[in-house]
Amino acid sequence: MLLVQNLSVNYRGFTALNDVNCAFGAGELVGIFGPNGAGKSTMVKAMLGLIRSATGATRLKGRPLTQQLAQVAYVPQRSQIDWDYPVTVWNVAMMGRTLQTGLFRRPSRQSRELVKAALQRVGMYEYRDRSISDLSGGQQQRVFLARALAKEAELLILDEPFTGVDQKTESIMFDIFSELKAQAKILLVISHDLSETLDHYDQLLLLNKHVVAKGPRHEVMTEQNLLAAYEGPVRLIAA
Amino acid sequence: MNILLEPLGFEFMRNAMTMGILLGILCAVVGSYMIVQQMSMMGDMISHSVLAGLPVAVFMGLPLSVGALVAGVLSAVVLSGIESQSRLKLDAVIALVLASFLAIGTTLVTVLPGANRIDVIHVLFGNILGVNQSDLMLTFGITLIVLISVWLFYKELLFYTFDPIGSQAGGMPVRWYYLGIVTAISLTVVASLQAVGVLLVIAMLVAPGMTAYLLVKELHQMMILGGCLGAFASIVGMYLSYYLDIPSGSAIVLVAFGLFLLAFFFSPSQGILTQSGFVKDILLKLPKRSS
Repeated sequence: MLLVQNLSVNYRGFTALNDVNCAFGAGELVGIFGPNGAGKSTMVKAMLGLIRSATGATRLKGRPLTQQLAQVAYVPQRSQIDWDYPVTVWNVAMMGRTLQTGLFRRPSRQSRELVKAALQRVGMYEYRDRSISDLSGGQQQRVFLARALAKEAELLILDEPFTGVDQKTESIMFDIFSELKAQAKILLVISHDLSETLDHYDQLLLLNKHVVAKGPRHEVMTEQNLLAAYEGPVRLIAA
Repeated sequence: MNILLEPLGFEFMRNAMTMGILLGILCAVVGSYMIVQQMSMMGDMISHSVLAGLPVAVFMGLPLSVGALVAGVLSAVVLSGIESQSRLKLDAVIALVLASFLAIGTTLVTVLPGANRIDVIHVLFGNILGVNQSDLMLTFGITLIVLISVWLFYKELLFYTFDPIGSQAGGMPVRWYYLGIVTAISLTVVASLQAVGVLLVIAMLVAPGMTAYLLVKELHQMMILGGCLGAFASIVGMYLSYYLDIPSGSAIVLVAFGLFLLAFFFSPSQGILTQSGFVKDILLKLPKRSS
């Protein structure tokens, strides 16, 4: 169980997030939605302690999340990464094992097996010796998912993972999310995609500096809630 | 052969060559982190900021290298503090911190008792021909410490420099890695003060790494190739300096720049003459021979 209590963030004089309370259960795929500037990324960054929160706490299995970051795999927004960095696909995926490997040690045989399996699962093992800069956006995103898989984390947080990815990658990602749910992992996915993919999520969290609504799709994606969150009419594609 | 051996008959040339090779390796390894983290201008700031520590070290009776190291690290901490707590962008803060630390240094040189014996011109430009055994030992020690640290923390620094947010979110102590890298940059500047001075050290830090960046696909390869190119530039630069009677530091930097240009134009994977349609365009524009 992941519990967010009274989470508020102030950012240079204005309120970026106001008193967010929510709970996520094991085996849940949660979609976090809201307009630009709604505080979606701010919320997960505050949960992880990457930015300072004014009030509130986040607990995983009863203990502060910031004390258990080894249990977290985080995939940042694409724009946060320098895709020209000189590193191969294999070494990006191996970054998921850095903490477990420990200081002054080489990755164990088990770590290498996990990385291999993760890359195979996302269909990128054949590309392991390629430079990350040589891949398409979808392939790069799959490598980042492999890195998250290799970490064997309890909580996976993905910030806009579908931005700039192809249909094949999106399909692979949702298949993997289903497998992770079956392993009782918690998945938080920030997204802008208000299309039929909404059906993949067990819960939706609609955010606009505070929690507008949380629950299954039919409860959350009502006209009234969308108006409140997006402050204007929103069209759900193929809803 | 005599052309190559003749300069080595002088002790100052042997010392200078050894210093050049050590610095070529050290600067390329540290500079590789600066390049991939897009903090090259921060390296320039640190190199200038060390000047603020020199008069304080003289005043307190400490080795100059200690004062320089403390001032270099302090400037990076001040930079990080201002940048994270304000809306200001990094480049503006770098310019301010660089100028301020430089001003502090030049002011303290005239104000603090005894500090006026610091030769500011020498600190700015260095003199690789004036390198002595103790300078060599200091540079050798710093090179050894930095290389061992990079080897020990390679995978952590790779993760941190590639994805700072992801590594922090995953529970890695990123503040320590930041401090580690700026300390390594400051140590490198300290090691380079005597030889190339604070004005040219930035070229030693970035040029070999940039050249290697255009030729390889992994960070460790960038460091190894960059180290070789840095050492090569130092040796060739020293010979040019000896025979053409030009300033040594400048000669080394110009050779390093020449190597960069070669890679920029002819790199098999990224050279603008080998990869883009540049050559093809020129060939297409040539008049066709009628059959």
